[in-house]
Amino acid sequence: MAELSKTKKYESFFGSIGHAIVSGFDVFFGSIQKITGIKGIPYLFVLPNLLIFGIFILYPMILNFVYAFTGGRSFFPDQRTFVGTSNFERLFTCENFLLPNTCREDLFWRAVHNTVVFVIAQVILMILFSLITALILNRDIKWRGFFRSVYFYPCLLSPIVVGLIWQWILMDSGALNGILTGLGIGKQPFLVRANWARFWVIMVSVWAQMGFYTLILLAGLQSIPADLYEAASIDGANKWKAFSNITMPLLMPTMVVVIVLTLIRAVQVFEIIYAFTGGGPGTATLYLVQFIYNYGFASPNRQFGVAAAASLVMASVLIVLTLAQLAARREESY
Amino acid sequence: MKIKILFFMFLISALILGACAPVEVEEPVVEEPVVEEPVVEEPVVEEPEVEEPEVEEPEVEEPVVEDPIADVVELRFMYYADGVEAEVMQPLLDAFMAQNEDIVVLLDVVPYSTVDEQLPVQVEAGQGPDLARITNFAAFRGLLLDLRALVSNPDYYQANFPAPVLNALGYGGFPDAYTVTGPFVNQTLFEQAGIDLPGDDATWEDWTDLTQAVAEATGTAYAIGIDRTGHRVAGPAMSMGATLIDANDDFTIDTEGFRAFVDLMKSWHDEGLMPEELWLTGDALNNCIDWFKTADMVMCMTGSWMIGGTAADVGDAFDWLVVPNPTGAGGSTGIAGGSAVVAFADTEHPEAVARLMEFLYAPENYAAFSAGTLALPAQVEVAQTGVDFDSDNPSVLAALSAFTAEVPKLQEQAVFLNVHPFAFAYYRNSASRIAQYLAGELTLDEMITNLQSDIDTAIAEAGD
Repeated sequence: MAELSKTKKYESFFGSIGHAIVSGFDVFFGSIQKITGIKGIPYLFVLPNLLIFGIFILYPMILNFVYAFTGGRSFFPDQRTFVGTSNFERLFTCENFLLPNTCREDLFWRAVHNTVVFVIAQVILMILFSLITALILNRDIKWRGFFRSVYFYPCLLSPIVVGLIWQWILMDSGALNGILTGLGIGKQPFLVRANWARFWVIMVSVWAQMGFYTLILLAGLQSIPADLYEAASIDGANKWKAFSNITMPLLMPTMVVVIVLTLIRAVQVFEIIYAFTGGGPGTATLYLVQFIYNYGFASPNRQFGVAAAASLVMASVLIVLTLAQLAARREESY
Repeated sequence: MKIKILFFMFLISALILGACAPVEVEEPVVEEPVVEEPVVEEPVVEEPEVEEPEVEEPEVEEPVVEDPIADVVELRFMYYADGVEAEVMQPLLDAFMAQNEDIVVLLDVVPYSTVDEQLPVQVEAGQGPDLARITNFAAFRGLLLDLRALVSNPDYYQANFPAPVLNALGYGGFPDAYTVTGPFVNQTLFEQAGIDLPGDDATWEDWTDLTQAVAEATGTAYAIGIDRTGHRVAGPAMSMGATLIDANDDFTIDTEGFRAFVDLMKSWHDEGLMPEELWLTGDALNNCIDWFKTADMVMCMTGSWMIGGTAADVGDAFDWLVVPNPTGAGGSTGIAGGSAVVAFADTEHPEAVARLMEFLYAPENYAAFSAGTLALPAQVEVAQTGVDFDSDNPSVLAALSAFTAEVPKLQEQAVFLNVHPFAFAYYRNSASRIAQYLAGELTLDEMITNLQSDIDTAIAEAGD
């Protein structure tokens, strides 16, 4: 009885504190609301986020437009001269877009070609490996939790760390060549032959990001009701029929989201490749973001205008992909 | 209940006011140094009397007495190092700070790529350090602090450094080392192979054949290599007859000499004489000295700034030496160059920066830096007096002599290249384009056309 009364006392005490705090807020925001009015108060709540968005996203976006339509080497927009669309013309001056060397900015078109190939190959492999892994991890296998962690672990690593680790593994005197030499196979030119380098760049990026998409697909698989499979089994459906007629159709909304996310991230690829191959050999693994970085920042003759124009081109592609994702989600909700 | 609410509202108000309180507490802390300033200044003025016998350099101390700086100022010094430069620089800065208690110098040691890629943007945005060690002399045109009006003896400053370098820097700094490019050779491998070193008139083709023979005889992985930068390629190309900078000071890529040397590089690459990773991986400067130090390369075309690091890392594992630059239709030339310590015009403490600059280029301090880093001095008085290098390693001393002997052989264009206002347009673009040629992405003609176009575009844009 004494305990109960003690507990009530505590409840009453802490309840009073809570009430006081809430009342304090009420007084504070009440007085502000008197100034802003009831319709104005929500804007006050979103103001901090709006400020962050404005300073770190909107303002740089506007600056990017300014740079894209101005020329010169100056960093300051007011010291740059308006050049109209000449930065875009420079990018798109080309005799044959399939032959980068006939283009005025041949490196841009090499980056575009490389990016297209990378995006197609990486997205297909990413979806394939993520789906297979998710299907396996969705089964009642031994140490399932352990394997789920193992596949997700690379996602926690910094892209630069991933790039450097794989560079050390695949370089001429790296771990893999050491093993191959030990086996009598001999060294392989993993990072100095264009096709080898392209292959490894795709495989490493798939390895690094696969866990994230596996997790999304796994969530999609787990949301499929188990009784559907039971019913199909009773009706005599084999595993392939269950997969093709139940799993895939019900997983498709999740799959569309994964495809669009993978596409966007593939177009944006930079850090891993920069640390891993630096865009080489030659320009075999030079992708769009690295082209922009090189032209805007890494090159001693910084060309902010061309870099900004190229980033607007890339942004257009990303906007299309994002709209596709929104459309897919809308379809999913219907 | 109302009393409770009022009590807790009072409590919250007190907390809010309490949060503001530190501002009030901090004020006296900020004010304190102002009160103490004269006390801080006194030892600064007194110091010269104490340290005079040790420093023996009146020029260093004069500004302290004549132009005392009111506050303790902090100078940020961005610094890259090829070898032990930072370790040698720090004690010099410590000595400077001991003499100038009103100045604190923070040495920010960064990778070379930071100086090359990020520093220009930082400086242009007004976010740069007060000082930096750079190699791209033209990158900061108009952004450096003119020291002539700030140092106590501008005549000494102007008279003791090469005028073209000071002009290129806009009198905003001084070269802390004079460098010359040239080849390092593994002497032990030649001895093991039973092959004699060639004479001074050996060509690049001769060296290619000999190093290949040595590599084959000794089982060495690679015969020959050259750093991945247009700076190192320029010397051999000029030796083979390239006129990289014409009479109008314009860059001309399409010359027989340039074609000949790049073609020779392609043969090294295709025949496996040079590590493919040297030019094909990464997008920045790669050094062949890494392979040379592990005895995986017979000959490495690099420069005099690598002496200290090579001596330290190779130790007594093998004998190495620096040989004269191979000859060709254009003679035998390396490329002059070097690094420079510069001050930026945006600094908030120009007097303090000038004081530090004077301290660093004072003969005894400059000589200490050259001696510690095993660098050829670019300071005239130090060069005339001679440097007692901190090494009794015969390979080091021989290498320093060999590079010194290269100086009189330098072509005029080889001296001018590094101070050319648009050298930046050639250096990196040439490395990228040559890498594309070696990778098979471009033909030699395409590479030369594209490189010329890159340079012309960069120069045109820089002139806008």
